[in-house]
Amino acid sequence: MRLTEETMRIRLNGKEREVQGGHTVRSLLDALELQPGMVVVELNRDILERDRYADVPVHEGDSIELVHFVGGG
Amino acid sequence: MALVIGGVEFTSRLIVGTGKYKTNQVMIDAIRASEAEMVTVAVRRVDLDRTKEEAILHHLSPSEFFLLANTAGCYTADDAVRYARLARAAGFNEFVKLEVIGDEATLLPDVAATLVAARTLSSEGFKVMAYTNDDLVTALRLEDAGCVAVMPLASPIGSGLGVVNPYFIREIKRRLDVPVIVDAGVGTASDACVTMEQGVDGVLMNTALAAADDPVRMAHAMRHAVVAGRLAYLAGRMPAREIAVPSSPTRGMLD
Repeated sequence: MRLTEETMRIRLNGKEREVQGGHTVRSLLDALELQPGMVVVELNRDILERDRYADVPVHEGDSIELVHFVGGG
Repeated sequence: MALVIGGVEFTSRLIVGTGKYKTNQVMIDAIRASEAEMVTVAVRRVDLDRTKEEAILHHLSPSEFFLLANTAGCYTADDAVRYARLARAAGFNEFVKLEVIGDEATLLPDVAATLVAARTLSSEGFKVMAYTNDDLVTALRLEDAGCVAVMPLASPIGSGLGVVNPYFIREIKRRLDVPVIVDAGVGTASDACVTMEQGVDGVLMNTALAAADDPVRMAHAMRHAVVAGRLAYLAGRMPAREIAVPSSPTRGMLD
């Protein structure tokens, strides 16, 4: 996949966001400076296995949740 | 003797949370002082604005501690199942601390929803440790649902009121085969000790350490209290009676 000049709108952690076209999940994480091993990705309500991040394209209108572990009881 | 939960052996009977500490350094120092092996973590959205480095794994090594992800903050069975699946996808283990809250004011569990989620998660291969109230019938149903541990509260989450109903805690322990871990409500070391004296297999706490003036010192106290309570339970206490009985011989006194 190659990034394009055009942008697309996605929903990222509940907020509308404009990102470059042509992203994979992996390249999006890179752009956000997130280590793939530190987050879990939910794409349109389905959990995405880590070994698929580089293969799965991000599409206009996708809803993506990026979660991780924080302190809790 | 070790505590075995879902096939995993633990030396410590104390499980601690990682929330609400003033600094990450105090958290890690307190957890080490507690000598807990299992620690709970929560699943939350990554803060993309990065106002602070909040990822717990930057501070807590999964090779040093057994991570128990919780579903805290969930109010429906569906949400709890979603959070549990996300936690498992992080790739550490199949365990989840199932928590479905039913009332915002008291944070008491929704036991009907907890049962539904427990059945779903158990059927998906999760090792479910279910937070519940001190109700025996619910505890039995959770065991039937396949939970690897049942975790009745001592008193409401974060209240620090200690064990409000020791009789029900004892009754739950007497009737269940899976480990019974008292989760929530312990405020200070004596509460932890009294909890363990009921014969339960372990105790889980967070606020009692995090909100102490000196969490590290309190963690030391809790470690001793849990061991003391366990030993006292195993030793078998003397009967309590509301009369005095002298400890020294009544015979052999001088005229």
